[in-house]
Amino acid sequence: MTLFDLLELEFVQTALIAAAVLGLVAGVLGPFIVTRKMAFAVHGTSELAFTGGAAALLLGIGVGYGALAGSIIAAVLLGVLSRRESDRDSVIGAILAFGLGMGILMLALYKGRSANKFGLLTGQIVGVDSTDLDLLVVSSVAVLAVLALIWRPLFFASVDPDVAVSRGVPVRGLSIVFAVLVGVATALSVQVVGALLVLALMITPAAAAMRVTASPLRATVLSVVFAEIAAVGGILLSLQPGLPVSALVTGVSFVIYLVCRGIGALQRRAA
Amino acid sequence: MTAISLRGARLSYGDRVLWDGLDLDVEPGEFLAVLGPNGSGKTSLMRVLLGLQPLSSGSVSIAGGNNAIGYIPQQRALDQSMTLRGRDLVGLGLDGHRWGLGLRNRRERRIRVDAAIASVDAERYADSPIGLLSGGEQQRLRVAQALVGDPTVMLCDEPLLSLDLANQRVVSELIDKRRREADTAVLFVTHELNPVLPLVDRVLYLVGGRFRVGTPEEVMNSRTLSELYRTPVEVVRVRDQILVVGAGACEEQTHHLSAEAAS
Repeated sequence: MTLFDLLELEFVQTALIAAAVLGLVAGVLGPFIVTRKMAFAVHGTSELAFTGGAAALLLGIGVGYGALAGSIIAAVLLGVLSRRESDRDSVIGAILAFGLGMGILMLALYKGRSANKFGLLTGQIVGVDSTDLDLLVVSSVAVLAVLALIWRPLFFASVDPDVAVSRGVPVRGLSIVFAVLVGVATALSVQVVGALLVLALMITPAAAAMRVTASPLRATVLSVVFAEIAAVGGILLSLQPGLPVSALVTGVSFVIYLVCRGIGALQRRAA
Repeated sequence: MTAISLRGARLSYGDRVLWDGLDLDVEPGEFLAVLGPNGSGKTSLMRVLLGLQPLSSGSVSIAGGNNAIGYIPQQRALDQSMTLRGRDLVGLGLDGHRWGLGLRNRRERRIRVDAAIASVDAERYADSPIGLLSGGEQQRLRVAQALVGDPTVMLCDEPLLSLDLANQRVVSELIDKRRREADTAVLFVTHELNPVLPLVDRVLYLVGGRFRVGTPEEVMNSRTLSELYRTPVEVVRVRDQILVVGAGACEEQTHHLSAEAAS
C-alpha cells in the first residue's frame, strides 16, 4: 500500500487526529513544565499512568480511564508529598519505582493479548478507537480551558514565585492544579507514545522552543508547532515502513531539539 | 491619609513574641528603614503588610489595599536559560495576579509597561533574556515591576543585597525618585543602613521583641541601641556613615517569601 492508501484507512485517520490533539496539549503545557523543572515529575506521572492502565486491563475497564486515574492520583500524591522542593526528586523516585513494579505485577497477572501489555509502555496509537478519541478530545478541551483560566497567575508563580506570593497569587494551590493538568495530559500521551516516551511530547518540543527565544508567547507557539510536527510527522513517517510510532515521534522530536540547540548557540554568540 | 498604619500589632509564634504593641504610621512620601538582626521579625512584618501573615492581635491597614503595594525583593541569581525578558517581568507586576489569559487591552498594557521601563532607564535591555542581565540591571527592572501598578506603598525587602556600590546607589535613587514624584510611602527592610541613610526619614529598629521608631539621630545612637540590645553597643559616626559596634547586627542574610510560605 502507498502512503495515500494508508491515509484512507479509518484507524490511521483516528490516530492522526489523536496525535494532533495531543501535540496541541503537550505543546502548550511544555514551556510551563520546563520552567517549573518538572521533567522528572512528568516521567513519574507517566509510570503511574502505566500502572493505572495495567490495573484497568486486569479489571476489564478501558485502559484510557485507568491511565487517567493512575496519573491523576500520581499528580496529587506528588503535589502533596513534595511540599518542599528539596524533597521532590526523592519522592518522585520512590513513587515511580513502586508504581512501575505494581504495573509489571498486574501485567503478569493479565491473561489477555500480549500486544496490549507492550503497548502501554511503548505506545499503540493505531489502537486508538473512536471511544478513546472522544475521551481524548473531551479531556484535552478541559485541560486547555483550565489552563487558560489560570494562565497569568500560573506563569507568574512559575517564573517569579517570590513576587507572585507578594501579590496574593495562590502559588501552592496552583502547583497542585497544574500537576493534575499535567497528569491528565500525560495519561492521554501514554496512549500514543507509551509511558516510557511521554517526555518526547511533553518536554522535548518545549525545551527546543525555549532554546531559540526568550519571549514566553513565541516559546509557546513554537512548542506547539514542534510537538505537532513530532506527533503527526512521527505517525506519517512510521506508516509506510511499518515502524513503531513512538520511535519516530521521539526521533523527530529529538532532531528538532538538536537543531534548536544549534540555533540557540549561534544566537548567543552573535549577541 | 496615612499610607501604612499598624495599631497595637502583635505577632507571636507559640510562646515566641516577635513584637508586641507596635504602633506605626507611615505617611505618603515617607521613607522608613526597617533594621534589626536576623530573626527579629523584619520579614514577618513584610509578610503581615502583604497580607500573607495574620497578626496575633492588633490591626494593620494599607491605603488602597493589597493591590496598591509594589514589592521589590532581593536580587537573586536567575536561571540563564529562563524564557523571560525584562518586559515580561515588568508586565507580571501589572496583571500577573489576575486570572485568565489577559488578551484584552494589550495596547494600553504595552504603553504602561513601556513607561515603567523608561522610568528606570532600562529600554536598552528590556527585551533581552533576563537571566543574562547583571544584578544591577535585574534590580532596575524589579523597581519597574513594582512601579508599573502605580503603588501607594512600596515594600522593599533587602533590594540592594549583593549589588555593588554603584548599583546600590542607582537602585536606591530610583526608589527615592518615585516616592518624591508620586508621594509613595517606602518601607525599606535592610541590614545595612548606610547606602540609604541620606534618603531615610525614620527608622524602625527591631531587636528580640523590642523596637524603637524615630529619626536616624533618635534611634542610631549608643544609648538607644544599648537599651534595645541590652548589651553595650557603640554607635560611631564616621563622615556620613553610621557604624554600629558590638551588636553583631550586620550579618549577611538571605530569605525568600515563598520559601517561608512553603515551610
